[in-house]
Amino acid sequence: MDALIPLFVAIPLISAFLIIILGKLVKGFHRFLAPLTLLVLLIMALYEFTSLGGTSHTYAMGGWIGDGGFPVGIFLVLDGFSVLMLCIINLIGLVALFYSLSYIAKYTAEANYYALFCLIVAGMNGVVLSGDLFNLFVFLEVSVISSYALVAFGVGKTELEASFKYQVLGGLASMLILLAISLIYWKTKTVNIADIRNVLDAGYSKSFYVFVQVLLISGFGLKAAIIPFHAWLPDAHSSAPSPISAMLSGVLIKAVGIYVLIRLFFNMFVFSHEIAMVITSLGVISMVVGSLLALIQWDVKRLLAYSSISQMGYVVMAFGMGILLLLKGDNEPAAILAIGGGIYHMINHAVFKGLLFLNAGSLEYRLDTRNLKEMGGLSKAMPVTSTTSFMASMSISGIPPFNGFFSKLIIIVAAINGRFYLLATLAVIVSIITLAYFLKFQRFAFFNKAAGKAVQKIKEVPFPMSFSMIFLAVLCLALSLLAIPSVSETVLRPAIDVLIQFELYSTTLIGI
Amino acid sequence: MEGMSTIVKKVSQLVAGIIFMYGIYIILHGHLTPGGGFAGGAIIAGAFILLILAFGSSALNLKKEVAGSSNTESVAILMVVILAIMSLLMGIKVFFTNFLPKGEPGTLLSAGVIPLYNIFIGIEVAGAILTIFLALVIFKEESSK
Amino acid sequence: MTVYLLCFVLFLVGLYGVITRRNLIKIAISLSIMEFSIFLILVLIGYIDNGLAPIVDPGSNAQVYVDPLPQAMVLTAIVIGLATTAMLMAIAIRLYRKYKTFDIREIKNLRG
Repeated sequence: MDALIPLFVAIPLISAFLIIILGKLVKGFHRFLAPLTLLVLLIMALYEFTSLGGTSHTYAMGGWIGDGGFPVGIFLVLDGFSVLMLCIINLIGLVALFYSLSYIAKYTAEANYYALFCLIVAGMNGVVLSGDLFNLFVFLEVSVISSYALVAFGVGKTELEASFKYQVLGGLASMLILLAISLIYWKTKTVNIADIRNVLDAGYSKSFYVFVQVLLISGFGLKAAIIPFHAWLPDAHSSAPSPISAMLSGVLIKAVGIYVLIRLFFNMFVFSHEIAMVITSLGVISMVVGSLLALIQWDVKRLLAYSSISQMGYVVMAFGMGILLLLKGDNEPAAILAIGGGIYHMINHAVFKGLLFLNAGSLEYRLDTRNLKEMGGLSKAMPVTSTTSFMASMSISGIPPFNGFFSKLIIIVAAINGRFYLLATLAVIVSIITLAYFLKFQRFAFFNKAAGKAVQKIKEVPFPMSFSMIFLAVLCLALSLLAIPSVSETVLRPAIDVLIQFELYSTTLIGI
Repeated sequence: MEGMSTIVKKVSQLVAGIIFMYGIYIILHGHLTPGGGFAGGAIIAGAFILLILAFGSSALNLKKEVAGSSNTESVAILMVVILAIMSLLMGIKVFFTNFLPKGEPGTLLSAGVIPLYNIFIGIEVAGAILTIFLALVIFKEESSK
Repeated sequence: MTVYLLCFVLFLVGLYGVITRRNLIKIAISLSIMEFSIFLILVLIGYIDNGLAPIVDPGSNAQVYVDPLPQAMVLTAIVIGLATTAMLMAIAIRLYRKYKTFDIREIKNLRG
């Protein structure tokens, strides 16, 4: 057994509570401990990533293994897909936290901010690692409740209103998820994901599980803000402090929304054609509608929030296509390509959307406005912000040689190989619309004539902020390397294998 | 917030101690009977809340109280995590395992570490509920000013 | 079966409240009602006819016990529900301080 696995949850929890206790006594303690925690977590995640090599580890909490293929305890599962998510979560977390060091200094109650940040990371690490449904629900609530508090951290009118909206819809989503979990427990008498798969393999009544799957899609769709369930996202993500927006948009909607959906639909449920169609069409709808809604926004962070919905649509569509192709069974290379493209785009989106929200935060930090009409001519005054946001914008709209180009290309090629010509066309069109609204963002924020007279006095942001932006921008370029087949073979392939060979998940877990 | 009448004050004084003891009983017998850390902690917090409601928040220094209860809560939850990590370091190197002798089933000193978890979770829940209550009281006082 | 249907009715009552009420506090209460209807379903799932409380006494001989796992899950879910409700209340009171009202028709800065 790998003793490091539970520490991914325990370490951020400990430092969160230490910050609350000691933060009041020792000055600047939280500014030191929180980045250190995330750094340790990132090193641990990278170590696990290099040492895992395509295998998977399970960890029985409290040594409750159970016998005769009947798991009784709580299991943590670390495999190719979850370790990749762990790396992204802790990487973006570290960068956003480093950025916060100077950004958050203007708020009061700094210690609470860092404690909540550690809690959100603990919850997401738990969601990604968890091997049973109920534990997953608990960790999900840990991260989501701390994100409610962080969205309202500015305690202005809009922040509070956005947080209330987010909480009502998030509470609704949690209830749907809990209802689905209890229905699954009713039929299968277990909450262990691998064990549920084994029970389902022995035979099941289809209509009941279609109902459960619809409940889960609505619940996690609300968490992931897929289009019919997206109403809270633009408000919450634009009202939060910018590093938190980067966390929410970059990681949270993936870890508690998309990741769980994919994990459950690949490794727990048996594929069915209707559900695969539903997932694909939801992905396509959010891809198209999200980009159209982003086009008309004048608030920088709202624009970025809508673009998150649209880009998540790409990911969901890619996975839906993967399921459809696997169901047909005659074209497995295309299915692998689609799933790999989905995972790749998820990683890329975490990096460039994180970067874009940090850019928006820098603009807000210096100009105190998020309205594009009040900006302009900032490319000279803020060179770092301008350059990095240009790189991120090009990356998200799919211009070579940035990473976004390759992941979108892979998804589109997979769609063509799988003979989904309509989806491929839509993906290309949405990519062009994305380019349009990011050019609008670039033009009005950085290259237009200055709107206000105060532009001359504006300086570049402090070092921690500019350093984290440069770091993510370099990562935008570096992640293009994943498109090289030999690199993606070592990095993405274990994650794809976990999803393609879906039986292995249940057999390895029960077989311990 | 003002206090209530003398009758309420006197009765709540009499009852609060019993409620408090009952909460401690529930926590300590968590591994033998229904209940445990959460239920007992909620009862203990209830005793405090009853007193605060009867005597009014003006009798208290709210800021100090809320800091105290929040610190208690954090220390207690930290102790729970430290207990879990202690079991990682001792014994068979697994998170949350039992590292104490199990004792005889059915007696008060049995079930290994579970009573310890119950005690700390009880303190944590009592502190948390009290913190939430006091925070809401502070909000209300500030908005009525 | 009737019990499950009654739970579902309770769930719908909560949903109706969330959709139609205009008061922040009432919305929070409706959410709690929905939550508790699901807790009831979860407890009912673990119920076995004539089952005892799942406490294994060394003296007693083997009998039918109700399923303890849903009870543990419900307890955990209640704790989560407590945290959510407390958060909602805190935000509602903060909103009241900003707007001097609990009416959501007057709290609408965010559009589009």
